[in-house]
Amino acid sequence: MHNILELKNLQKQYATQKAVDDVSFSIEQGSIFGLLGPNGAGKTTLLRMITGIFYPDSGDLLFDGKPFDPQNDFVHIGYMPEERGLFKKMKIGEQAMYLAQLKGLSKSEALEKIKFWFKKFEMESWWNKKVEDLSKGMSQKLQFVTTVLHEPKLIILDEPFSGLDPLNANLIKDEIYGLAQRGSTIIFSTHRMEQVEEICDHIILMNLGKKILDGTVTDVKQQFKENKFNVQFKGQPTELASPIFTIEHQEKQQLIVKINEGYNSNHVLNYLLQQDVLIERFNEILPSLNDIFIHLVEGSKATTRAFQNN
Amino acid sequence: MNKIFLVASREFKTRVQKKTFLLSTIGLPILIFGFYALMIYFQVKTTDNFKVAVSDQSKLFNGKIDDRKSTEVIFSFMDADTAALNKKLNDGAFDAYLFIPNGYNLQSGEPQISFRSSKALGLMTREKIENRINNALEEKKLLALNISKGQLDSARLENNAISFTTNDGKKDNETKVGISYAVGMIAGFLIYIILFVYGTMVMRGVMEEKVSRIAEVIISSVKPFELMLGKIFGIGAVGLIQFVIWIVLVFGLQFLIPVIFPDVAAQMQSAPMQPGAMGAVNAAKESGALQGIMAGLAEINFTLIIGCFVFYFLGGYFMYAALFAAVGSAVNEDPQDAQSLLLPIMMPIIFAMVIMTKAVNDPNSSLAIFGSLFPLTSPIVMMARVAHGVPDGVTVVQLIASMALLVLGFLGTTWVAAKIYRTGILMYGKKVTWKEMWKWAFKNN
Repeated sequence: MHNILELKNLQKQYATQKAVDDVSFSIEQGSIFGLLGPNGAGKTTLLRMITGIFYPDSGDLLFDGKPFDPQNDFVHIGYMPEERGLFKKMKIGEQAMYLAQLKGLSKSEALEKIKFWFKKFEMESWWNKKVEDLSKGMSQKLQFVTTVLHEPKLIILDEPFSGLDPLNANLIKDEIYGLAQRGSTIIFSTHRMEQVEEICDHIILMNLGKKILDGTVTDVKQQFKENKFNVQFKGQPTELASPIFTIEHQEKQQLIVKINEGYNSNHVLNYLLQQDVLIERFNEILPSLNDIFIHLVEGSKATTRAFQNN
Repeated sequence: MNKIFLVASREFKTRVQKKTFLLSTIGLPILIFGFYALMIYFQVKTTDNFKVAVSDQSKLFNGKIDDRKSTEVIFSFMDADTAALNKKLNDGAFDAYLFIPNGYNLQSGEPQISFRSSKALGLMTREKIENRINNALEEKKLLALNISKGQLDSARLENNAISFTTNDGKKDNETKVGISYAVGMIAGFLIYIILFVYGTMVMRGVMEEKVSRIAEVIISSVKPFELMLGKIFGIGAVGLIQFVIWIVLVFGLQFLIPVIFPDVAAQMQSAPMQPGAMGAVNAAKESGALQGIMAGLAEINFTLIIGCFVFYFLGGYFMYAALFAAVGSAVNEDPQDAQSLLLPIMMPIIFAMVIMTKAVNDPNSSLAIFGSLFPLTSPIVMMARVAHGVPDGVTVVQLIASMALLVLGFLGTTWVAAKIYRTGILMYGKKVTWKEMWKWAFKNN
């Protein structure tokens, strides 16, 4: 698999601060990539550089193996920004046609693709409606369609599920998987960690303009695990004190233990079996991305910076 | 280029398809024409077959007031005293009577002539009757003094008794100067309106894109500069179309007037020819003035003026539209913010208007020359000078210099505006000051 996008030491400075500070990473073609970070971390600036809206102050940006050329590469990119909207007074069909043509599609191509997607999302009857008559969820669907309908190689979605009900969110989610399977690469930017865990293969965490975490979701979780285990049992243990573990939380039939240095899970199980209890469940507690996120970002000046930015 | 066209055609289509566009473009002139037509209609219709009985006790008029054969007011002579006349008026035999008492003295006007009507007279009718009687009396008075109408006419000084010429030997026609004044004023004022109306239209278009949050979506496929130009071109085309439609309508409807009101047209044509209608003297004066206006109009170089108008219309529009777009990009949801940001743009336009009113009077004053060269004021001021012609109002060198400066000004404002626009269009939730816009424009970012 080759990399659709490579960032090398990308920098972007605003008047008072470095919005993006020496960020490098690469994204494999066909992967779903999560870009995470608190407000004001520099995600939007980074995305705007990737879409060619901003030029980086320094650093290299390779798209599909070649230096990024916004003038020509824009046709291969679909960007759904966080601040997104539609022309309120324009008819939905015309609006989709306009946006598709701006992405370089001819009139007939655009019409064909729009019809295909409208049919898929059961939006055919909307053609002559105006955007102001649509609900938020409906216009979100329309925005998604206009982002992907020119079959871009790279799709950038900034908070794509905000304002969608679970049903529509699933619909879009399935489409994201489908697009990735057909070879599109998806960059997914959000604060919603549970969605990232569910969807993304690879994540990057940014804070204060810097990349502070980079890896697959499983790797990251392994990296931040704290050797905690959840034990569920039946019966009355004779004794529950051992140098093998420390008890973090105890209920009548449940324990959360942290294994001490030099021991592993088998040691814990062995010990518990000797305590004359029936083990019903024994599993490792991996940290959620949410925990990792809070752990890494908390205490930095992220919040103050987020407000300075606006 | 293709994308600029796409953006422009969207801007054009969405505006032209709106109901308000049809209403203001076609409805407004028709409405104005309708008022105009209605006014004429009532003017024509109010006085018809108004019968006036004349009882001439002192035999002043010898059986007729004047030679005019009018269907509006008909004078018929009869010999009766006021009591008999009053009775007949009450019976409706006529609408009014004129009573000239016995022993009426032309010089002193005593005893007074009386006029009595069954109901109050309309303004137009009253004026017509008054005019005809007064003219007839005037003629009688002159006759009594042994002066004929012809003698009086020849004694009056004509307008062209003194010959005004300029140093280069050209005739300096008063009416021509007057017409130049009017043409310059109208052309300058039209450009002033255009700058405001279509400038704010551009600004609102940009604000709409920003407020509805679609700007960033579009900017990811179109360069901000292309988006801005597309917008300016699209709305410029709307303005041009609107103007062409207005002009066609105005001319078209004018030709319609004689079709709808044949008698109005007939009256318009015959009015100045009728001797004694408004008084022979007045008529002669009128036709002379008319001829003067015609001659003045013929002397004005309309090809030059229309050419310049189109040039300064487009140049001025493009230059200011870019600035209006920059302001629109800096404004957030609150339209009130736009007001304070607009002030520095409106100042030169208003200033230009002030200079223009001076320049139509004195096209070669140093203020007028400055105003017609400085690109921010030249679209308005130059029209006032061009109306006086080349080289009377403006020299060829100045005209070319002004045009060149305007093109430079257009490039300059567009360059500055594009930089402000690029930053502003993506900036949300913050009130922008002129200082910041200045930074966006002149600092590299």
